[in-house]
Amino acid sequence: MQAPHVVQDFPTGSAAAGPGRPVIEARNLDLVFETNDGPVHALSNVDLTVNKGDFVSFIGPSGCGKTTLLRVIADLETATGGSITVNGMTPSEARLAGAYGYVFQAAALYPWRTIRKNVALPLEVMGIPKAEQERRVAENMALVNLTGFEGKFPWQLSGGMQQRASIARALAVQPDMLLMDEPFGALDEIVRDHLNEQLLKLWAATQKTVVFVTHSIPEAVFLSTKIVVMSPRPGRIYDVIDCDLGTERSLDIRESPEFLEIAHRVRDGLRAGHAYDE
Amino acid sequence: MMSELFVKRVLPVVTVVMAIIAIWYASAVFMNAPFERDRAARADKTITFSEIVPLTMNQDRPVLPTPHQVVTEIWKTTVEKKVTSKRSLIYHAWITLSATLAGFVMGTLLGIVLAIAIVHSKVMDKSMMPWVITSQTIPILAIAPMIIVVLNSVGITGLFPKAVISTYLSFFPVAVGMVKGLRSPEIMHLDLMKTYSASPSQVFWMLRLPSAIPYLFASMKVAIAISLVGAIVGELPTGAVAGLGARLLAGSYYGQTVQIWSALISAAALAAILVAIVSLLGTWVNKRMGRRPEAA
Repeated sequence: MQAPHVVQDFPTGSAAAGPGRPVIEARNLDLVFETNDGPVHALSNVDLTVNKGDFVSFIGPSGCGKTTLLRVIADLETATGGSITVNGMTPSEARLAGAYGYVFQAAALYPWRTIRKNVALPLEVMGIPKAEQERRVAENMALVNLTGFEGKFPWQLSGGMQQRASIARALAVQPDMLLMDEPFGALDEIVRDHLNEQLLKLWAATQKTVVFVTHSIPEAVFLSTKIVVMSPRPGRIYDVIDCDLGTERSLDIRESPEFLEIAHRVRDGLRAGHAYDE
Repeated sequence: MMSELFVKRVLPVVTVVMAIIAIWYASAVFMNAPFERDRAARADKTITFSEIVPLTMNQDRPVLPTPHQVVTEIWKTTVEKKVTSKRSLIYHAWITLSATLAGFVMGTLLGIVLAIAIVHSKVMDKSMMPWVITSQTIPILAIAPMIIVVLNSVGITGLFPKAVISTYLSFFPVAVGMVKGLRSPEIMHLDLMKTYSASPSQVFWMLRLPSAIPYLFASMKVAIAISLVGAIVGELPTGAVAGLGARLLAGSYYGQTVQIWSALISAAALAAILVAIVSLLGTWVNKRMGRRPEAA
């Protein structure tokens, strides 16, 4: 779909075998939930390609299936029609292979574990040796600027810090791909801006593929290399917008004409997809 | 700080205790007075109220013993008797306590095992849960003698049959509490485990069990108190020779109301101590598991 993107501007390590190759490919994807009130068409005829190193945002109003699509990629839901591959495998195989780290709407930290033990949770599940666990916890805590809070329990941290801890936890499994479901939706604007900047730096530093669900237009435009505009009833993709604002973005970029132009197109897409009919 | 603690914590408790003691004394006078009036009438004497009051305080076999009589009896049968003596309340309390603790441990383990089975198997959920609930609709006074008699007939006597009755009562709150606790993890916490492709046993040990711990201690508080009731009830039908239940029974055979009340108060105090121990243990464990202090 879209050839050059930011990641290629970075010196690539051994992990970057073939940046730009598709890691997620969905064709004619359908998902129907059977509910007591009859079937609900959550996803209809979704075609999507996510390339390695992309930062892709799904944006749309509630009920447009953006979270459902992310959950299908993560094998937390199963599509009822069409095909989808993740890293060339079925989502279920990809999940078993540890292809992704998932960040939920809430931090979902286990309250009885300290932050250190929360970040180590996936490593314990995977049976990784203690020394390696400690190394990865320290590394990822530093990456999200939480060094020094290892011994705290989740309730002792602010909402933003909790969400950062959950990002460290997702990164600890060393996935090539981060799936993020409105991770900053519950945070206030200032914390959200700050975390957006941090996430962008993290993405640039680690060159991971990120799939990001949001309902904030500025957030989507600020972060993404590709914005997928979705609309509800049935949940479907309305538009895919390439968005390349360069690698060195600061929050100031949101005042620039390029930014406003893309934001305008996203808003038009949302409106045309009848997203504002309620 | 001290005075605030006093006003908020100590004063309400002391006030209630004082009120209970006052009501108790008043009731003792009221209930024991007819006996004194009868005695006076038999002796062809008239007796005034102010003469009755002191007499009602120190009868040998009062309808309602006064608090100081009960305290004196408890003092005599605990501090002043050797613990090996058949007349020592500590000896009897220990007999009941040992059955209580054995029953509590068995009941808690049974409750946890049942809850794990019910949570992990639809078949168990459908087939066992109704029986678990039915078991508690049978009056314990009806089933306790049968358990004692049946076990006696196969040669099992002493502590174990009583512990079985305690188990029968105490497994229920634990089973119900643990089913709720093991099902308490949020969907998001379960989804997280799925993203790690965790095995069912990993989900159990790392998520379900820790989530259930607060529920476990809440239900164990109920279970330990009910275990004591079970052990005492288990001592009644066979006319057991030792234990708090036996003291209650012997006291009622011989009209020893002071003995009944001192056994009763001791049982209540024992229950309070046991619940407090479980409660402290729960607070300590929850604190270690990072529960917010004010929520504990």
